[in-house]
Amino acid sequence: MTGTALPVVETGCTDAPVLKERGQREVFCGLTGIVWLHRKMQDAFFLVVGSRTCAHLLQSAAGVMIFAEPRFATAILGDRDLAGLADCNDELDRVVGELLARRPDITTLFLVGSCPSEVIKLDLAKAASRLSVANQGRVRILSYSGSGIETTFTQGEDTCLRALVPELPAATTDAPALLVCGTLADVVEDQFTRIFAELGLGRVEFFPPRRAASLPSVGPGTRILLAQPFLNETARALTARGATLLSAPYPLGVDGTTAWLRAAADAFDVAPERFASAIAGPAQRARTALARHRPTLEGRRLFFFPDSQLEIPLARFLSAECGVTLLEVGTPYLDRALVAADLAALPPTQLSEGQDVEKQLDRCLALQPDLTVCGLGLANPLEAAGLRTKWSIELVFSPIQGYDQAADLAELFARPLHRISRLKV
Amino acid sequence: MQLTLWTYEGPPHVGAMRIATSMEGVHYVLHAPQGDTYADLLFTMIERRDARPPVTYTTFQARDLGGDTANMVVTAVREAYERFRPQALLVGESCTAELIQDQAGALAVGMQLPVPVVPLELPAYSKKENWGASETLYHLVRAMVGSAARPRPARDGRRPRVNLLGPTSLGFRCRDDVREVRELLASVGVDVHVVAPLGATPEQLATLTDADANVVLYPEIGQTTAGWLQRTHGMPVVRTVPIGVGATRDFLAELGAVLGVDVQPVLDRPASRLPWYSRSVDSTYLTGKRVFIFADATHAIAAARVARDELGFEVVGLGTYAREMAREVREAAKGYGLEALISDDYLEVERAIAAAAPELVLGTQMERHIAKRLHVPCATISGPFHVQDVPARYSPQMGWEGANVLFDAWVHPLMMGLEEHLITMFSEDFEFDETGSHLGKGGGRRQEQEGAARQTPRAAAIGASGSPAMPDAAVEDSADAALHQADDAAATAVAVAVAGPSWSADGERELKKIPFFVRKKARLNTERFAADRGIVTITVDTLYEAKAHYGK
Ligand code: SF4
Ligand code: SF4
Repeated sequence: MTGTALPVVETGCTDAPVLKERGQREVFCGLTGIVWLHRKMQDAFFLVVGSRTCAHLLQSAAGVMIFAEPRFATAILGDRDLAGLADCNDELDRVVGELLARRPDITTLFLVGSCPSEVIKLDLAKAASRLSVANQGRVRILSYSGSGIETTFTQGEDTCLRALVPELPAATTDAPALLVCGTLADVVEDQFTRIFAELGLGRVEFFPPRRAASLPSVGPGTRILLAQPFLNETARALTARGATLLSAPYPLGVDGTTAWLRAAADAFDVAPERFASAIAGPAQRARTALARHRPTLEGRRLFFFPDSQLEIPLARFLSAECGVTLLEVGTPYLDRALVAADLAALPPTQLSEGQDVEKQLDRCLALQPDLTVCGLGLANPLEAAGLRTKWSIELVFSPIQGYDQAADLAELFARPLHRISRLKV
Repeated sequence: MQLTLWTYEGPPHVGAMRIATSMEGVHYVLHAPQGDTYADLLFTMIERRDARPPVTYTTFQARDLGGDTANMVVTAVREAYERFRPQALLVGESCTAELIQDQAGALAVGMQLPVPVVPLELPAYSKKENWGASETLYHLVRAMVGSAARPRPARDGRRPRVNLLGPTSLGFRCRDDVREVRELLASVGVDVHVVAPLGATPEQLATLTDADANVVLYPEIGQTTAGWLQRTHGMPVVRTVPIGVGATRDFLAELGAVLGVDVQPVLDRPASRLPWYSRSVDSTYLTGKRVFIFADATHAIAAARVARDELGFEVVGLGTYAREMAREVREAAKGYGLEALISDDYLEVERAIAAAAPELVLGTQMERHIAKRLHVPCATISGPFHVQDVPARYSPQMGWEGANVLFDAWVHPLMMGLEEHLITMFSEDFEFDETGSHLGKGGGRRQEQEGAARQTPRAAAIGASGSPAMPDAAVEDSADAALHQADDAAATAVAVAVAGPSWSADGERELKKIPFFVRKKARLNTERFAADRGIVTITVDTLYEAKAHYGK
């Protein structure tokens, strides 16, 4: 646990008991990751091989249709495709051909597996290599699973990046280089880039990159700093290629960001003075901005439904930096190793993993939290039941990491509370 | 395998959800993976529903496959029954569960629950949402009514009563249509017995045959059920969909004939403002507006009639994504001299709209996006729709008030287009203070949109077509109508591309006499006219020849 600078709570949640539930889960599947991944890698296209349900999910989750031809689509399986796998593969080849002809601008095509494609055992990995050969390297064609039987919500990013790892070029030197993993908004990336430069870190790359055609390199010198807490498989695959995983919390809030940056600085032997001076400005300004929201949030009782796996780091930020009281922190999967630093800094609280939504709703309603973080399917019903809610999906879609977003992040939670105090109807 | 970017309809189990969610006392157990729970948000977000849809998902995972997914169904059914105590249970499968063949419906039926259990088999790889809704309603009604002969209700001097079939949750303006049709029926002394599925309980469904007739408000959803009730229980059906003044009159006439009710007094004084609004001189500028219509079949067919016969538009395109009702839409399109567009390929619809160069698009949220991109005014007339198409105010489509709403909803976007146009035009005037406009330079409507290059600046042309809002509309009509018909995008392109003919002094002077807000267009069109004919110097005559050329 070197490198973390978070105040560890004496009775932190490192070994806290977890309520494991296996009932109805009210969580998106991994296909949803396409919504932000396609915005990040603007030269990549995501083709889901699935059903009308998958197409409908993507459209409903994306919520925006300003693009006539988005960089994602669904190859919808029909009755005839189910009749025989041979025909199904032919059809897939035809659809991919059609797509590539129409979008000469794309450099990487992801074939994304869904529940139906997996249940009928349509081998998309094989299809991807077959199609790569057929297209003679004009585009890179990869596959990964976003299916709801294999992945929840943000895990789709993990499986996508995992599929990219073998494509990363080998680093030409063993000199240490930083690889920041996990989708960050471009604006956040730029802020971090400036700070890393101040620290004199040398080579810093981001994964996923802004263009899928220019992948970062990896090798024994690579130090992985995770910007998102759901990249278990990706991290493992990168370590298998010689990279070292830095242990750090996640860059949420002022302290989270500082500890995260420090993990990088320590790995690169940055002098403490240099570190202090590099972060002083941004950290101070973030602290001032964040302080404005503290009165709204302090002492509020908060309940997390499981959603994005960001719950543990968010709970850490809210309790340690905003004074929130945690009632229950639900997460779809609890990977203790990946969130170790945040867990250790979490005051004792009820952790839950998986879901049985009816029972969890009973618990939530019995506790009457001041704020409940939940998915879009639950938000209005809970509001109607008299609770204040924050849609968790916004936490995935908005820039929340880093110093200059710390106050924005707090504001996302404060807004519903402000709002209710304004309304006189 | 079909390459799909955006889909008009969800899968059939979402249709079943719409039926369950519309009703009271129904619960739906859906054998499905966790991701399929996204469908809840359609109801809670788009319709702002204050309760979760009454749906339990089994949310099986990969590790359950090959194990006991069937048992998960049984557990989910039992728990759902115990927790929600519904009057009837629907049990079905989503696309994935259909493949693993647990026969969820049959399993649930075998559980001998003390309430009716309706198994749903909705083929997810060939059918879609509206079909799923229609089938679900039909099976539920069959289960509750039964096929055993029932006596037709006696009239005994009571007021006639009808059922309203088809309104659903996530149906376009159903809530308000039901209220409006209720009032319309009351005005001719007819009562409403059961509205189904919206707001009905399974127990109420069991009494459907106590009504004298069924009124099918949304054929996509209600037609199959009404047909069965007609065949099996001899219930007459009223099929006219009362959208628009003419259709509302026809609806009343059909209703009167079926029930033996005198509707003439109401027909003699239709309570809609649409006829007068359309006749008032202010509406002259609506004449011949080119309108493209694409929606579900019910709303598309109805909108075409209103557009042509009640607003004086020209219907330049008519289509639907609802293949089940392709025949009806084809038939209707013939009446407008058109070939219907039957497609659920969004890009094909976009191409057809662009090619038809309409001045107004009436469609779904998809067409609204297409229209936005093409800078054509647009109104939503059918699902799929978004949260802004579920207004807080009373806003029906059917009946007399519905006709008023249509007038406002379709004319308003045209006026907005006009205002934007005026701002663009006035911005050439030296007295126009650009900084004072909240739209700022460029009208503020060029948002960040991918493919901006593909956009045609058509909105301006549309707004310009004569205006009631302007005092000098008449001037514009005479000076402009002839000149601005041509596509100004093309004109601009020509003007830029060609060094261009030059203006003679008198030509230039004459041009100045044309009202400034159409002057630019007149200039461009005249230059294009001259360039096309190799005219080097534009004289007064060239100006008027161009005007005559571009005039209709
Ligand atoms: S962009 Fe806006 S209007 Fe269009 S679908 Fe999305 S939310 Fe609805
Ligand atoms: S859960 Fe499975 S079937 Fe449902 S949308 Fe996700 S991938 Fe498609």
